[in-house]
Amino acid sequence: MPKDAKDLQISPQEPPGSCAMELAGLSLRFRGQPNDVVDDVSLSAKSGEVLCVVGESGCGKSVTVMALMGLLPPDSSIISSGNLKVGDKEVDLRHDTLPRAMRGSRVAMVFQEPMTSLNPAFRIGDQICETIIRHSGVLRREALSRAEEMLQRVGIANPSQRLFEYPHQLSGGMRQRVMIAMALANDPQVLIADEPTTALDVTIQAQILDLIRDLRDTTGMSTIMITHDLGVVAEIADRVAVMYGGQVVEQGPVREVFDNPQHPYTIGLMSAMPGLDRPGERLAIVPGTVPTIANMPEGCRFRTRCAFAAGICAQRPPLSEIAPQHDVACHFAPLEDSVEVTG
Amino acid sequence: MKQDVILEAIDVVKYFGTDAGWMSRGPVIQAVAGVSLEVRRGETFAIVGESGCGKSTLARVLMRLLTPTSGDVLFDGRQVSAIQGAELRTLRRDMQFIFQDPFSSLNPRMTVARLVAEPLEIHAPELSVQERRDRVAQLLRQVGLRAEHADRYPHEFSGGQRQRIGIARALASGPKLIIGDEPVSALDVSVQAQVINLLGDLSRDLGLTLVIIAHDLGVIRHMSDRVAVMYLGRIVEIGATEQVFTDPKHPYTQALLAAIPSMDGPVTDHSATVHGEMPSPSDPPPGCRFHTRCPHAQDLCKTKTPQLAAAQDGSHQVACHFAETLQRPHLPQTAPRKSKTAEARFALYRAATEGGTVTHKTHQDDP
Repeated sequence: MPKDAKDLQISPQEPPGSCAMELAGLSLRFRGQPNDVVDDVSLSAKSGEVLCVVGESGCGKSVTVMALMGLLPPDSSIISSGNLKVGDKEVDLRHDTLPRAMRGSRVAMVFQEPMTSLNPAFRIGDQICETIIRHSGVLRREALSRAEEMLQRVGIANPSQRLFEYPHQLSGGMRQRVMIAMALANDPQVLIADEPTTALDVTIQAQILDLIRDLRDTTGMSTIMITHDLGVVAEIADRVAVMYGGQVVEQGPVREVFDNPQHPYTIGLMSAMPGLDRPGERLAIVPGTVPTIANMPEGCRFRTRCAFAAGICAQRPPLSEIAPQHDVACHFAPLEDSVEVTG
Repeated sequence: MKQDVILEAIDVVKYFGTDAGWMSRGPVIQAVAGVSLEVRRGETFAIVGESGCGKSTLARVLMRLLTPTSGDVLFDGRQVSAIQGAELRTLRRDMQFIFQDPFSSLNPRMTVARLVAEPLEIHAPELSVQERRDRVAQLLRQVGLRAEHADRYPHEFSGGQRQRIGIARALASGPKLIIGDEPVSALDVSVQAQVINLLGDLSRDLGLTLVIIAHDLGVIRHMSDRVAVMYLGRIVEIGATEQVFTDPKHPYTQALLAAIPSMDGPVTDHSATVHGEMPSPSDPPPGCRFHTRCPHAQDLCKTKTPQLAAAQDGSHQVACHFAETLQRPHLPQTAPRKSKTAEARFALYRAATEGGTVTHKTHQDDP
């Protein structure tokens, strides 16, 4: 057993409603860049809760979870602030990462590309066993039977045979299930999933979302899921955090945010979705494109693309509560009270 | 009736691996297994299906980027599958392609001006240098790029802008029909909306016929007039988009629609969801190709291949033995439920982005 594993073993039954994971004030930049790619981001997930982080490419959502897993190369990224709390373990991300004994067991991660994140040279079973043996120190035979049980649990038919197959023998959806099985093998309290369904077809995506929902209900783990698809958010999330340009611009319970969207970016994203209503009509757009990190404006980073921007937007709006548990970072929220559109 | 058809596929079959040499005796991949369809002039026609269903192969056969194993493609009444030389060049002028990946489909060493001028050099060699330059500027304007963009290289552009360059290239020869293979799926939602609007404007203003290949049902519903649903090399359902989306008759279409994540929260009806995955096109199941995953499959489905036929209510065509007797699943509401507050803000947002004047009531420090 790894030497620091023992003192980390706390009771898996946390009081319900407590924060299984809490990230506070993470700021980080890449060496040579003038601006932070992640700017004062705080996220938290209670046990049994699914938090979706939604945003477009380059909004810093993946970098955020890479940082909290300690997966960023320390020589190219500078973390200037950030505190991570998992259970009762607290880590100052500026000079520490989550202990190795916790990564992969208490906190597990599923990556986006099931095609590239499995090692093509090893059998599925060996790859799952590796994480089990690493964290619990059991014998291989025991680990294998645990691996088989995990495959069964994520809905893979014929698990005893699949254990001895290589990744190339599996389809994309099955590989993603294997990734999930691997992440769940050590009963994590927190599962971090980076676009777990993006590479998959919609019928397979529905199966994987069903699986994640089932696991949340049966194990009570908390899930942080990164996605760019608002449909997926509506389908699976309890709470949602919308990111733009490395900042959280809005967060809250999913129904509340969808029924009462406050930030112009959230409103823009929702109305830009080609959907089932108003076919054929022109879609509302978010004008322009995301500025590069070097060209990020001061203050509200969305202001260069925002139709409602004004002078005050050069000052960064604080993320403040506008409705119970619903925070937004916009000087003009709620919009209808502060702006008028004519013409 | 017949002359308003611009593109027609007649029983198109495309197998890969049939002409295997002595080195490769791999299995034959039945990518497209007998597809007939008609695309009408001026409409937007969509082909939808999951990866591996043969939709991209079909698009390439329609374009004559691939020659069909058997069957015919007619463009404007001309047979496409056999022509060569000057005739093929004319066809290329009338029919253009937009590729999925704006990052790999543009030559990184050419400026935008050269990229867009290239098709002009081939299809309109009579233009003088000045005329060609003017035409390039006009094309760039048409797709929403500025004239000064002409001297830049592709790497200086974002994904959405690159896709616009690809569209400008496709428009350069003055085509009648454009086939887009997943033209917006590599783009972020906000940028995707811009490109969808652009394609809609172009098809309306230039009278273009669009054939859109996509897997995103939201995009299809929004853009297309008619849609064909493909599964494992065959069309299982084809008809007016509105009809197919509101009254899907094939179990696969029903499953696809039920699998769209709904903005209304978790779906409650799981009766239509399918299990398992699409079989390999090198060894498709006999009979109805969907029977291995179909929740309603019966013995007949395992042996007899259903043909595409008009449904009894005459609305559209479906290839299922039991299309008439199947129970309709509960599908997500056509329009997602939206709160009054959200609706009001969407309207405000739309007005502001579409050129309305914004006045701030509370903050007077507006410059």
